[in-house]
Formats: sequence, C-alpha cells, structure tokens
Amino acid sequence: MKRLLLALLCLFSFSVYANEPTSTQEEATDKEAFSPGDMILHHIGDAHEWHFATLGDEEHGTHLTIPLPVIAYRPSQGLSIFSSSQLAEGKEYQGLKLEHEHLVSEDGSKVYDFSITKNVASLMLSAALLLIVFTSVAGGYAKRGTGAPKGIQSFFEPIIVFVRDEVAKKSIGPKYERYMPYLLTVFFFIWFNNLLGLVPGGANLTGNIAVTLTLAVLTLLITLFSSNKNYWHHIFATPGVPKPLLPIMIPVEIIGIFVKPFSLMVRLFANITAGHIVTLSFISLIFIFRNIGVAPVSLAFGLFINTLELMVAILQAYIFTLLTAMYIGGAVEEHHDADYQIGGGDGPEQAHAHAH
Amino acid sequence: MQIVTPELGLIFWQLVIFGIVLLLLRAFAWKPILSSLKERESSIEGALRMADQAKLEMQQLKAGNEKLLAEARLERDRILKEATDVSNQLIEQAKNKATEEGSRMILQAREAIQNEKNAALAEVKNTAAQLSIDIAERILRRELTDQPAQQQLVDSYLKEVKLN
Repeated sequence: MKRLLLALLCLFSFSVYANEPTSTQEEATDKEAFSPGDMILHHIGDAHEWHFATLGDEEHGTHLTIPLPVIAYRPSQGLSIFSSSQLAEGKEYQGLKLEHEHLVSEDGSKVYDFSITKNVASLMLSAALLLIVFTSVAGGYAKRGTGAPKGIQSFFEPIIVFVRDEVAKKSIGPKYERYMPYLLTVFFFIWFNNLLGLVPGGANLTGNIAVTLTLAVLTLLITLFSSNKNYWHHIFATPGVPKPLLPIMIPVEIIGIFVKPFSLMVRLFANITAGHIVTLSFISLIFIFRNIGVAPVSLAFGLFINTLELMVAILQAYIFTLLTAMYIGGAVEEHHDADYQIGGGDGPEQAHAHAH
Repeated sequence: MQIVTPELGLIFWQLVIFGIVLLLLRAFAWKPILSSLKERESSIEGALRMADQAKLEMQQLKAGNEKLLAEARLERDRILKEATDVSNQLIEQAKNKATEEGSRMILQAREAIQNEKNAALAEVKNTAAQLSIDIAERILRRELTDQPAQQQLVDSYLKEVKLN
C-alpha cells in the first residue's frame, strides 16, 4: 500500500517536472531583445536585493527594491557586512562584486556568502509568520482549554489533527508523538512558504534546492537517529532474500537510504520551481509575441496554473510530511511478519491515494 | 545549472532559522496544542463513557424497580390469599361451633324434656294412683276395712296398666 502510494506520488511529481524542459527549450529558441529564459531564471533564483518592479527602462528607470544586508566571510579579510545597494548595477565594494547574483572577490580569493538574500529575508518573514500564527493558535487553547475551538484556532485544528491522525499515527505507529513537532513544523513551513512564493514579488524559497536539501537532510538524520535494529537488519540481511544475492542487495538498500531524502529534495524543488517557470512562461508569451491579443490566453493559462499551484502548495507540503513520516515509520517499525506482504493496507486509504 | 546548485549561505540560514522555528514552535505551539487536543479528546471520551455508564445504571435501576414491583405484587397476592384462607377458616370454625352448639342445645332440650316428661309421668302416676286410691277408698270404704291389702291390690293393677 505504502509503496503503491509512493509510486503514485512519484508519477504525479514527474508529470509536473516534465513541463520544465519544454518551457525552457521554448525560451532558448527565442533569442530576441527580451530574453524570457534570463527573466525566468532571475525570478526563480535568489538575489541580494528584494526587487519588486522597475519603472521606465532597465538603464535609466527607477528600481523599486529593498536593499538587503550582504554578509561575506573571506579567510584573508574576515567578516564584512554592508548594504547590497553598494553592489547595485555591478559596482564594486570592499573588493567584492556581484556576478550573476553570485558574490565574488576582485582578487579571485574564496568568498563565503552568508548574505541575507531575498530568500533568507523571505525565510525570516515566514518564520515570523509561523511563530505568530501558531503561538496565537496555542493561545486559543490556553484561553479556551478543552472548549470548542474558535477563530484561527478552528481553522488550523483540523489540519493539525489531520497531520497527527492521518500522517503521523498511520505511518509511524505508536511512537508518533516524538516526531509530531518536526512533522508539523515541516508541513506548515513548506505550505506557508509555497504560498508566500505565489505572492507577486515573493521569493521562490521552497523552489530553492538549498532549502529542500536542508529539509531532506534533516529528515535523513532523524530517520537514521531513530532507526532501530530491525531497520538495519532489513538493509544488511533483507528477509526473504537468498544469501548469494546479498552482495547486490546491500548496496541497493544503502543507496535506498540516500535516494529517499534525495527524492524528497528533488520533488519539492522541482514541483515548486516548475510551477513558477510555467506561470512565468505564459506571461513571457505576451512579450515574445509583442501582441496584446495573446494576453487573455496567457492570463487564462497563467491563472489556471496559479490555481493549480495553490493546490500543489498544500499537496507538496502533505507529500513531504507523509513521506518523512513513512521513512521514520520504516526506521522505528517493530518486527512484523505481516509487513512483508505488499498492499496490506486498507481500502479507504487506497481510494484516498487515487484521489490525488 | 545555477538553480540546482545549493548555496552555502542559504543552507546555513535555513538550518539556523528552521531550527529556531522548530524549537520555538515545539515549546510554545505544538506541545500546548497537542496536549490540549489530547486532553479534550480524553475528556470527550470520558464524558461518553460516563454517559454510557449512567445509561447502564439507569437500566439497572429500572430493572431493580421492576423486580421490586413484581415482588410487591407477589407479596400482595400472597397476603390476599392468606387473608381469604384465614377468613374462610374462621367462617368454617364459626359454622362448626354454631352447629355443635345447636346440637348440644337440642340435646339438652331433649334431656330436659325427657326429665320433665318423666317427672310429669311420675306425677301423673302418683296422681292417678292417688285418684285411684281415693276412688277405690271411696268404693271400698264401705266394703273394705283392710285398707293396705286393698292398696296393694290397686298397685298391682296399676302396674299392669300401661299408661302410655
């Protein structure tokens, strides 16, 4: 059952992922004054300043931007902190300059960039938002005790209960309580940031591989640190596998340990980034054709993709949380003979999986 | 290729900020929320269980009442039956006594009558004897001087005569 679900989720993810190459190809063939490829990559990538809009043309217009702090560490010169406005338009400051949003030093020495970039700023914003929202939800419980939920508390309670009952309890089993804080935080972190990424001018945080990498590594670490004897027994002496096959099975199983979080990383990154790329591609069509007639079509498709992205936002948060819970569940699972049967799950869960 | 190259700075900040958010939310949000949810669920469950118990108790009480009622009914029937029995017995007794008394009285009366009759007969006999003697005396006064011999003769005659 779990494997079936997994396969289904992978299929779903790849269908969206497949949109990416076609759209980038489209832009690559179109090399005019307006370069959609560059525009899209600029939008989905990170930046050292928060750029909202440019009034007038690129050279002489007014840029509506929020400068962000640049924090660079060079082994030779130590830490240097300054505003990103010092580096605007390719300017050089303290021996540092930006090359394609990449901080490099003039003399070619190594620079460790710890700047508060657009993504980091957005990350802080979402962290503040998460803290405000969920402490006020917790406040509702402190105020009303065991009474009926109200306001923001009643909005989030079913989601929290869903994560607890449908994700954690079902996938992890009786030891689920230890992992609830991580699962809930990951779920709401991804969901909130997916939604923030859809806001015009927002940063593409969950579509950044560094962010998904960090989350996937955290999941991997939690899985490994909570693994029991049974989990390693499955890897080094897979039950039901003849002894001569073990030299093949053990490397496969070890690769499996790392492929699982890798798939988490790529799935979230690709889904969110692909959504942004598709939306931006539809908008780029207007500028490629230089025709207002294309606008309604572009807008209609853009709107459709955006609506789809709203759904993908919560779906990907759910998938990431569910798969994390499943990996943890696999690591803490006690020995059960019945588990060797594939598809031992119950009916409603299967129907639920097909609904996605 | 830039978008698939993770940047060190972002990884660092993500780790730090996510870690802080995780710890803060765990302490100030998830723990109170989850414990409140658990508390509420257990209180609801407890209330349901209590309601079930109350229902069971009610049923037991009802069954007890019915049993009591049935017992009372049985007791009443028993008392009624006893009372009927006692009254029947009393009537029977009274009847028996009355009959007994009646027969005793009849017997007494009969005895008295017999006595009276005997007395009356004796008197009649005496009177008749006296009368006969008187008559005989008068008859024989003239004829007989030996009165005792005469009397003896009359008595023997009288004994032969059956009055009844």
